[in-house]
Amino acid sequence: MTSQPGGYYLPSPSAWPVTGSVALFLMALGGVLIMHDAGGGTALLIVGAAILIYMMFGWFGTVIRESESGKYNKQVDVSFRWGMSWFIFSEVMFFAAFFGALFYMRVLSVPWLSEADTGALLWPGFSADWPASGPAITDQFTPMAAWGIPALNTAILLTSGVTITIAHWALKNNQRSKLNWFMFLTIALGLTFLGFQIYEYGHAYADLNLTLESGAYGATFFMLTGFHGFHVTVGTIMLIVIWLRCLKGHFTAEHHFGFEGVAWYWHFVDVVWLGLFVFVYWL
Amino acid sequence: MEAVHEHDHSHDHPSGIMRWVKTTNHKDIGTMYLWFSFAMFMVGGVMALILRAELFQPGLQVVEPEFFNQMTTLHGLIMVFGAIMPAFVGFANWQIPMMIGAPDMAFPRLNNWSFWLLPPAATLLVLSMFVPGGAAGVGWTMYAPLTVQQGMGMDLLIFAVHILGMSSILGSINIITTILNMRAPGMTMMKMPLFVWTWLITAYLLVAAMPVLAGAVTMTLTDRHFGTNFFNAAGGGDPVLFQHIFWFFGHPEVYIIAIPAFGVVSQVIPAFSRKPLFGYASMVYATASIAILSFLVWAHHMYTVGMPVEAQLYYMFATMLIAVPTGVKVFNWVATMWRGSLTFETPMLFALGFLFLFTIGGFTGLVLSLTPVDVQLHDTYYVVAHFHYVMVAGALFSAFAGVYFWLPKWIGKMYDETLGKWHFWLSIIFFNVTFFVQHFLGLAGMPRRIPDYSLQFTDFNMISSIGAFGFGLSQLLFLYILIKAIRSGEKAPEKPWEGADTLEWTHLPTPAPYHSFETPPTVK
Amino acid sequence: MIKNDIKSTFGGSMRLTAFLRLICVGTVMLVPGLAAAELQWNFKPANTEIGVAVHDLHSLVMWIIVLIAIVVFGAMFYAIVKHRKSAGHQAHQFHENTTIEIVWTVVPVFILVGMAFPATKALLELRDSSAPDMTIKATGYQWKWGYDYLDEGISFYSTLSTPREQIEGDTEKGENYLLEVDNPVVVPVGKKVRILTTANDVLHAWYVPELTVKQDAIPGFIRDTWFRAEKTGTFRGQCAELCGKEHGFMPIVVNVVSEDEYKIWVAEQKSRVAARN
Ligand code: HEA
Ligand code: HEA
Ligand code: CUA
Ligand SMILES: [Cu+2]
Repeated sequence: MTSQPGGYYLPSPSAWPVTGSVALFLMALGGVLIMHDAGGGTALLIVGAAILIYMMFGWFGTVIRESESGKYNKQVDVSFRWGMSWFIFSEVMFFAAFFGALFYMRVLSVPWLSEADTGALLWPGFSADWPASGPAITDQFTPMAAWGIPALNTAILLTSGVTITIAHWALKNNQRSKLNWFMFLTIALGLTFLGFQIYEYGHAYADLNLTLESGAYGATFFMLTGFHGFHVTVGTIMLIVIWLRCLKGHFTAEHHFGFEGVAWYWHFVDVVWLGLFVFVYWL
Repeated sequence: MEAVHEHDHSHDHPSGIMRWVKTTNHKDIGTMYLWFSFAMFMVGGVMALILRAELFQPGLQVVEPEFFNQMTTLHGLIMVFGAIMPAFVGFANWQIPMMIGAPDMAFPRLNNWSFWLLPPAATLLVLSMFVPGGAAGVGWTMYAPLTVQQGMGMDLLIFAVHILGMSSILGSINIITTILNMRAPGMTMMKMPLFVWTWLITAYLLVAAMPVLAGAVTMTLTDRHFGTNFFNAAGGGDPVLFQHIFWFFGHPEVYIIAIPAFGVVSQVIPAFSRKPLFGYASMVYATASIAILSFLVWAHHMYTVGMPVEAQLYYMFATMLIAVPTGVKVFNWVATMWRGSLTFETPMLFALGFLFLFTIGGFTGLVLSLTPVDVQLHDTYYVVAHFHYVMVAGALFSAFAGVYFWLPKWIGKMYDETLGKWHFWLSIIFFNVTFFVQHFLGLAGMPRRIPDYSLQFTDFNMISSIGAFGFGLSQLLFLYILIKAIRSGEKAPEKPWEGADTLEWTHLPTPAPYHSFETPPTVK
Repeated sequence: MIKNDIKSTFGGSMRLTAFLRLICVGTVMLVPGLAAAELQWNFKPANTEIGVAVHDLHSLVMWIIVLIAIVVFGAMFYAIVKHRKSAGHQAHQFHENTTIEIVWTVVPVFILVGMAFPATKALLELRDSSAPDMTIKATGYQWKWGYDYLDEGISFYSTLSTPREQIEGDTEKGENYLLEVDNPVVVPVGKKVRILTTANDVLHAWYVPELTVKQDAIPGFIRDTWFRAEKTGTFRGQCAELCGKEHGFMPIVVNVVSEDEYKIWVAEQKSRVAARN
């Protein structure tokens, strides 16, 4: 199909979507088999993941090619903007579920366990001080302190939000080498954040006895920071892709939604971290 | 907004099965959604018949209790996620681009993926019946901690829900973007057909609600396998936490099912009344208020968990409030018919069936919203009756209305009107035989999700089971009508419905061409 | 291994042919059967004051709904009959009327407020479990109930007593099929009985229709409900929260007896405990 200038680009039939479906199916099946120690799970999972990565390369590659050959007009660009915004909104709601769980446990269920008949008849002696592991978990743990690495990580992520914004300005002003350098800086900050996060997990398991199994605190701590860390990882990969594209001379001062979409995502990950820092580490 | 010019789509058209697998055409994808939905309706329906067969009389006759629970679970999930939701996404795919004058959906490849995520999810669900321990027998609500006790079937179910959620979210993003960004010049928001409005609002609900469900089942998964204690009091969690998260999704979900149905009916009733929709603007506002309210009432499913009484009062008042915007819609539909020039072809019959029976289902919802009364009726067949009124006689009937209404536009052939009328009358009669009596069972105290019951409930259960088999058989007639129309239906006139006035009827030939509106129409 | 499982899951369907035969016979017998049967069209009579209030609330709401239905469906059917094309009716092209829109938004609000008052009153009473005369803890197990009389120190389990043969259809079903237990709960008439619910494994719910109580039993938490029975008698209910395989088979039976009978029962239970020790 060709696209005249001004026309809304409609892609021709594509096998990438169904490839992605096959990948997810295999991964789901593999995951289930692994969790039940049945044979073949790991293999299925790896094959599925490989297909998924292949699909992403293929699909995004196609999109990038189409974009670079000027097939996307203004209206397509607006579509991408709406699409990315609503996708980020869906991610916000995903995190909302886990923040909701944290709020509920901290403010409601843990206190309830020590109060009234529930406390007296079922859990005598349990006192509900946050961070709590719950009445029947005897394993002691130390909560993660906010003002060490987490505070540092906050600074790192906030800085990375600034560097990517500078990179964006540079792109808009056609200062390509500044763009490339600040993209590099943003990625470096992202990777540092991840490094610290990994170190912190090791520290939690090795020294603090803080694990997924440490009751209410452990579960919410690891689920929230874990999914956030996963999003940082994805965001960093996206940054790397964008950086490589910058190095290849992709994007123009006017036309660079790929860049902006990733920047939005990175800011979103940043904001979620602020929520985490306040509600998980600090308060 | 820039104009959309002609495209040359001539090359690269795979044929045979690959046409469907690789397609990026909204009409192809809509068709696949609709057939998938119908297949799932059959599967879920047969499961319902297994339930009704077991419940035909007291005692265990047909299946084991575990298997009964598995059927209940899969029936609920498959009907909701496999039959009703995809049916309306199918309508959205076919209709939205045509109704707003767009060449296709905003993201055609993504659109294809939204559909092709469904078969793997459905396969996981069906597969779960054949793994050791069988499918999960936890109800479609998947309450913890029963979910923690289940076997492999539960994990398959969890991943199926994840994939279904992805499909819904991607599909919704596509729909929202299409509506916001692809309207033809002159098609302002307040000129959009109501069906488009309802889908915009539904898609918003989906994007907001589905990720929360994903979060809920993810926590279930980690509680099962990774030692977390979200839903375990011993670790400071609470089984009721699951219910809060689930229903934060679950209540909007029921409007996700209902609102597109409102949309279809809002197209059909004016067409057959030969009169514009009464109170268009207030319909839009009412739908939006329903959507907003739907996030504020979730705990009306949890009146018996022992919330503080203040919370119960709040949820009761908020829930009752939904009757107001829903009432506005009902009144507007009746006012649309008022002093019109009505005819009663099959689409109109199903729309009227919807109007009548959905309202009754809404009334029983209102009864349930009253906490003291719900304490008696919660988890009884009264609730089962309530939601089948709104979902079967509501959403499903509306989907039937939509199929009969748009089929001529889609395939360029007419269905058999006499048989269509038969389908309607058989459906509405057997529907009521099946589900009306369930109100009495619930009032008398029959719990739901039980494979066997005490002798007092026998008569109504027999009636209900007979009705269910009748209703199921009537749907075979629907299949026959469809096949007959597709294979040997009479050629449809350009505009089969005198009163239809949206773009697809006024600006496109019948059947609609494979690519419509490559040049956008100008809407006055 | 998988095969075995399939067999056990589908095992029941062996009975399918027998069932199909039954469905035919059943249908034929149903019609005269229905005429003779005493059908329960509404709530069973309540045996508590608050239960009566709840039923009154339900009746009130039903009447309101019936009235609204008459108006709405009346208009709908009037239009169907009078404004049909085949009756020669021409369509009028009006499509807006702000006054009527406001009316049908505001009037329902008033109706709802009218319902909210009695509902709030009933709810506040229903949830007021303060100052009980006695307290029983009901614990849900898969699949039986455990009862602890906290003031008396009496404890026992209560399990379904319907024989398996009745369930399988090998013998005639008794009158209280599935609603009978080995050890019923015994309470005195006219006393405020507070029930604390909890569970040992998964969710259950303690539900006795005629006493107007339903309370979920949640593992790790105590929830409560209460009733004050007006009349003596036996009242039967069931677990009302899906709790697995035997969810349909864990009934609740409450014997409401006179104060004196209750004292005798308590003494008996205590001596039984003493004898055991
Ligand atoms: C399409 C789906 C759909 C829709 C539209 C609704 C609509 C409503 N539902 Fe329903 N509901 C379900 C699907 C739906 N429900 C499902 C699936 C469940 C069970 C889930 C499970 O447990 O498995 C359920 C359960 C359920 C419960 C929990 C019951 C229990 O488990 O104990 C409650 C309680 O409040 C409730 C209330 C309502 C109310 C108040 C409405 C209102 O929106 C209805 C409003 C409509 C009207 C009232 C009629 C029209 C109005 C007028 C004509 C105006 C004038 C009227 C008055 C002033 C009265 N529903
Ligand atoms: C929109 C969704 C939807 C739809 C369309 C239906 C449709 C039907 N449901 Fe549905 N139902 C739910 C959603 C839905 N249900 C949900 C969410 C639950 C709660 C689950 C839970 O508790 O977790 C539920 C629970 C539920 C129960 C309670 C189970 C229990 O508590 O244990 C029952 C019992 O009667 C029932 C019956 C039926 C029947 C008879 C139909 C009929 O309308 C189906 C008719 C269709 C067919 C029969 C298929 C087509 C016909 C053929 C393939 C031909 C073969 C037919 C013959 C040989 C006769 N359903
Ligand atoms: Cu115990 Cu259901
Ligand atoms: Cu609800």
